[in-house]
Amino acid sequence: MTVAATAPALSRRELARLLTRVENGAADSELAALYGRTGRAHIVGITGAPGTGKSSLVSVLTAHYRVQGLTVAIIAVDPTSPFSGGAILGDRIRMRDLAGDAGVFIRSMATRGALGGLSATTADAIRVLDAAGFDLILVETVGAGQSEVDIARAAQTTIVLEAPGMGDDVQAIKAGILEIADILVVNKADRPGVESTVKALRAMLDLGHRVERTAHHGRLMSAESTGLPDENTAWQPPIIQTITLDKSGVAELAEQIAAHRAYLVRSGLLAHRERARLELEIADRLREALLKRLLAQIDPVQFGNLLDQVTARQIDPISAVKSLLTTQKIPANPS
Amino acid sequence: MAELKKIRVLVAKPGLDGHDRGAKIIARALRDAGMEVIYTGLRQTPEMIVEAALQEDVDVIGLSILSGAHMALTPRIFELMRANDMTDVKVILGGIIPDEDIEPLKKMGVSGVFGPGTNTADIAAHIQRIVPA
Repeated sequence: MTVAATAPALSRRELARLLTRVENGAADSELAALYGRTGRAHIVGITGAPGTGKSSLVSVLTAHYRVQGLTVAIIAVDPTSPFSGGAILGDRIRMRDLAGDAGVFIRSMATRGALGGLSATTADAIRVLDAAGFDLILVETVGAGQSEVDIARAAQTTIVLEAPGMGDDVQAIKAGILEIADILVVNKADRPGVESTVKALRAMLDLGHRVERTAHHGRLMSAESTGLPDENTAWQPPIIQTITLDKSGVAELAEQIAAHRAYLVRSGLLAHRERARLELEIADRLREALLKRLLAQIDPVQFGNLLDQVTARQIDPISAVKSLLTTQKIPANPS
Repeated sequence: MAELKKIRVLVAKPGLDGHDRGAKIIARALRDAGMEVIYTGLRQTPEMIVEAALQEDVDVIGLSILSGAHMALTPRIFELMRANDMTDVKVILGGIIPDEDIEPLKKMGVSGVFGPGTNTADIAAHIQRIVPA
């Protein structure tokens, strides 16, 4: 499949329909055709616990960019029910001020079973919107807890939102979501407790030995061996206080997003991370395809028989797997 | 990726009445029927509703109207849908709709009208019937 270099302009309706096919996993050839036109937009992730104000912040940030003449696409992800498979996608409620603006495109996505805070097709949807020519793509994750960190892979700049009163300084040094922040935002900064939240976050940052970590052959490596920014030159995540109701702090946030972008370009990290991310993506897709191919070789009758035996406690699950692998002549794991 | 197609429904409240309990109950019921429900909240203009339906590529628009303005708002929504080449999107209506208005609304293109007391399972079943698989 060749990659077309010129953009056939999509209407908003066609764009919306293409996003649906992408979500349904039925757009492989279209994604291949538009891939060559991706890589222009700045992809900004917004994550944080439920109720910290992600949608409201996305709305005022978008309005700020629109005044500057930049176009913005928004992907807002909400969770799919594990029981019914349905979802309520309610992020648009906070974005009503953006209605009627042809320079804004908002798409709600359900996670459809994915656990990392995005859906399995969010990265592809980002590519579609990137190829459609939007200057910025804001990706809002589901209300995230401590380990929904997929956004750090999908976005170039990751904003983690906190609100006052959400936990003490031990929460702040736990592993997970705070580690992925390029910019920390304490939203609802008019609420009591904002000083202690900012202080806890600052203490967390000061404790850190800040080096650029980057994935290499699927493993996280420190940047010391790669010639990328070291402890002295690495990006220090700023802490910004915002109040979405009166838009205070929003201009400063936009400045920091631009500064982070400039840092990524200047340091070479933008290209470096892109390559690492693509390596992981290809590996993931390969794993998925191989798994599917191998699973198709399993004899369902034998699987059923073994399941019966495991249920009756005649054999254990690990032995059942070994038995399946032996009979199917699937090559043993080389490791 | 053999993902099943999901039915996507926009639940919106056009007009100025502030009673969104019914709309929320419908949204919840459709979620429990396995649909993806985009809920846009109160006081939406027809322009906002059609634009959201277009961006979200929904199969169905569900309107909740309790203000009595349904004979003004509904034609405007169909007009905007036609202008955006969205004639394949189905429209259903709920809220307080007098019986004598139901036929004219259906003539406009409304696929179903569901008043107070409707079993939510009937609405889900109606949607499953009108949306092509």
